[in-house]
Amino acid sequence: MRLKSFYKHYYVMLLPGLLWVFVFKIIPMFGVVMAFQRFNPGKGILGSAWIGLENFKYMLQLNDSKTIFFNTAFIAVLKILGNLIVPVLVALMLNELRLNSLKRGIQTVIYLPHFLSWVILAGIMLDVFAYHGPVNSVRSALGNGPILFFAKAELFVPLVVGSDIWKEFGFNAVVYLAALTAINPELYEAAAIDGASRFQRIIHITLPGIRTVIILMTVLSLRNVLEANFDQIFNLYNPLVYSSGDIIDTWVYRMGLLQMQYGLATAVGLLKSVIGFVMIALSYFLARKYANYNIF
Amino acid sequence: MVKDNTLGSLLIDIVVAVVLVILALSTILPLWYTLCVSLSDKSAAAAGLVKLWPVGFNLTSYKSIVGDVNFFHAFWVSIQRVTLGTAAELAATLLMAYPLSKSANQFPPRNVIMWLLIFAWLFSGGLIPWYQTMKSIHLINNIWGLVLGNSLPIFNVILVMNFFRNLPKEIEEAALIDGAGPWQIFLEIYLPLSKPVIATVALFSMVYHWNEFFNGLVLSTRQAYYPLQTYIQQQIVVINTASMTQDQIQQLNEISNQTLNAAKIFIAMIPILLIYPFLQKYFIKGITLGSVKE
Repeated sequence: MRLKSFYKHYYVMLLPGLLWVFVFKIIPMFGVVMAFQRFNPGKGILGSAWIGLENFKYMLQLNDSKTIFFNTAFIAVLKILGNLIVPVLVALMLNELRLNSLKRGIQTVIYLPHFLSWVILAGIMLDVFAYHGPVNSVRSALGNGPILFFAKAELFVPLVVGSDIWKEFGFNAVVYLAALTAINPELYEAAAIDGASRFQRIIHITLPGIRTVIILMTVLSLRNVLEANFDQIFNLYNPLVYSSGDIIDTWVYRMGLLQMQYGLATAVGLLKSVIGFVMIALSYFLARKYANYNIF
Repeated sequence: MVKDNTLGSLLIDIVVAVVLVILALSTILPLWYTLCVSLSDKSAAAAGLVKLWPVGFNLTSYKSIVGDVNFFHAFWVSIQRVTLGTAAELAATLLMAYPLSKSANQFPPRNVIMWLLIFAWLFSGGLIPWYQTMKSIHLINNIWGLVLGNSLPIFNVILVMNFFRNLPKEIEEAALIDGAGPWQIFLEIYLPLSKPVIATVALFSMVYHWNEFFNGLVLSTRQAYYPLQTYIQQQIVVINTASMTQDQIQQLNEISNQTLNAAKIFIAMIPILLIYPFLQKYFIKGITLGSVKE
């Protein structure tokens, strides 16, 4: 039904949201021209000098930029893999757990870290991994000396990737658990009658049952190839681990807001935004094509 | 489930239960440890004597927080931010989702607006242009910078829109025949039917605004404007990570107050723990709600 007299009311309803998005999302997009300027905050965008691709050329010469792009992609890809594999395993194990009260108890607690901020969790982690903290006392009990965990560049990536998986595995398992409940129980009974062992039933019934969801989550995770998680790294890193832990977002923050290198920081940020946008568009395109996923 | 009591099956049961219990404990124990440290004697905590039970139980750290004006001020900033931010996001999201839930047939501009929103959602101008925008509209050191700065969460709009679309069309048609206008249909029919999705997006907003620290950091030049997470970040995390050599760490242990920091962290967790039952009920649902479509 088409009701033209309703249109003006529809526009009124849309107005607050559109204005909000316009001011805080669309206007800043025009600010990316700073990437092509020697930006001077006193003169503003209209008064600053245009320098073409100079900021980008300078970026390519910096050793920093290779490091941060590599670190970002490396950390992000490890997280993508871990966040795909671990939740599937957890969901499969929960599905096999036959003690219902234990199952409910476990499901009640494993989502909790997802809802806590990285500020809180970093505070807790720095305590747990502190020089006199519990992890080091376990190490000592096993005959090893204590370690300054957050002072070692080679330990930073495992700590960051591990803690990210730890924070999210319960929450990420939810989609698989939802898919598992949709599997017809008669399939298991029929397989058991045919003599399939429990392990065979997992391989031939459970896994195929959640295959589409696994494919969907894999495809959608493509959008995260440059999302190493600013909040987490910003709260855990320090100059000693920059070589392995400094990422695009943290670098842009330090260059742009602390050292006032506006043009350079905007250029690096823009490059990341463009690559990120392409990856997101690609992941949604693939998800739509191969997994019948259509969120819009 | 199939009954299966072979030895191999029993082995699977045991391995699965043990692994899952360890994983579940790993999510709870760090939080429990923090609570124990906050309730322990200061020197015992500094020496690393606290394990999984408070050593020298006392409430000193909580008592000193009660007298800490800065902590309460930051807490109050966060409360304001959560309240205003959730209300604003909820209102704008619901209003926007209703016209967008109409088909392009019923409301032709719908598709163009949708594509604009999706672009705004997926592409970002980056940190520096956003910061310059915030500065030029005077939202530095201003609670509205924290409330509005992140822009409208477009994912929530899509979530609610999809929920509206799945409501039976017949209800709206019947209301139209009875002569109801768009506001009446929206307020009196759609909203009362949408309580689960409203709860979901309200919880999304609350958790986001409570947990967010970065905007609090870059949009404030003075501590008086920090929300609680930013305050904690500056008080605890920054000091901790800056401490590098072993000597410095030991020095720091003497001056920094581990039990007090743990108490602050624990208090900042309490609001999340309080709404956790609701989070479980609605948030989990929200994940699957988003992809539902006719």
